[in-house]
Amino acid sequence: MSKYSIAVIGDQASVMGFKALGLDVHVAEDTEDARKALHDLAHGDAAVIYITERFARDMAQDIARYKDCVTPAVILIPGKEGSLGIGMRNLENSVMRAVGADIL
Amino acid sequence: MPNTVINPTRMELTRLKGRLRTARRGHKLLKDKRDELMRQFLDVVRENKALRTRVEKGLERANQSFTVAAALMSQPAMEEALLYPKQTVELEMDFQNIMSVDVPRYTFQTSSPEAGDLYPYGYAATSGELDAAVEALGEVFRDMLALAQMEKTAQLLAEEIEKTRRRVNGLEYKIIPECEEGIRYISMKLDENERSATVRLMKVKDMILQQAQEERRAKGL
Repeated sequence: MSKYSIAVIGDQASVMGFKALGLDVHVAEDTEDARKALHDLAHGDAAVIYITERFARDMAQDIARYKDCVTPAVILIPGKEGSLGIGMRNLENSVMRAVGADIL
Repeated sequence: MPNTVINPTRMELTRLKGRLRTARRGHKLLKDKRDELMRQFLDVVRENKALRTRVEKGLERANQSFTVAAALMSQPAMEEALLYPKQTVELEMDFQNIMSVDVPRYTFQTSSPEAGDLYPYGYAATSGELDAAVEALGEVFRDMLALAQMEKTAQLLAEEIEKTRRRVNGLEYKIIPECEEGIRYISMKLDENERSATVRLMKVKDMILQQAQEERRAKGL
């Protein structure tokens, strides 16, 4: 058992509130910022990284890199513009990958 | 076997038979593993889907409250209010073994000065909407952590299932048929050799008999 941190990456308005919960918040202005933050955190002690779907949309490859590693878990959350359905689609993709058909 | 040359010898036959036995056993075990992984995976995925829907709804609600709060307060004031968090969150992680796949299990601990005192600001300078927003976020956070655990589990299981499925298929459609064909080829070849040896012996026996008869005939004359 060791200690890890929980990080949130997103734009100012979407992630501001998480700061009050005591999470490790990284405000990103653009995709490049978010990408850098993601890789930095992944090599640090973050076990769970929440990232808003708006950034995740443009960095699918960077996120896929951590998919098969135990840490970190990169989890998509809807930002202030609401759910874009990317997180749900990723879930369906993993079902496709395992079963070979979409059964949900 | 089209590409490889096998020696039609008894030793090779024994070797191939052993290989086939191992392959069959491995195939059965891996198939069982795949089925069980699949069962677990489907449970996880269903739960995962429900959780995700709940988290997305909760976050949407929290974001709405934040938007209202942002409309009532100035941006700097709001940032200032949220700047220094009162509580800290520490995450502990251990592993659970599902069919030899290590999946993470998270437990988190919040350390706040007083229980239920989440708000890192005084109430005088902030609007009530901000309290509601922070509270909504705090409520959804527990689900978010469960979601992280579920989603990672689903991803790791999916990878393992894919790997196992490939192995099962490889054994079923490639290794086992190849072994069977090799065994058939060798045993045919060995049988054929045996028949040709018998025929040769019969032929030799005939020849010897003929010679003996001719010799006897020559002596008799």
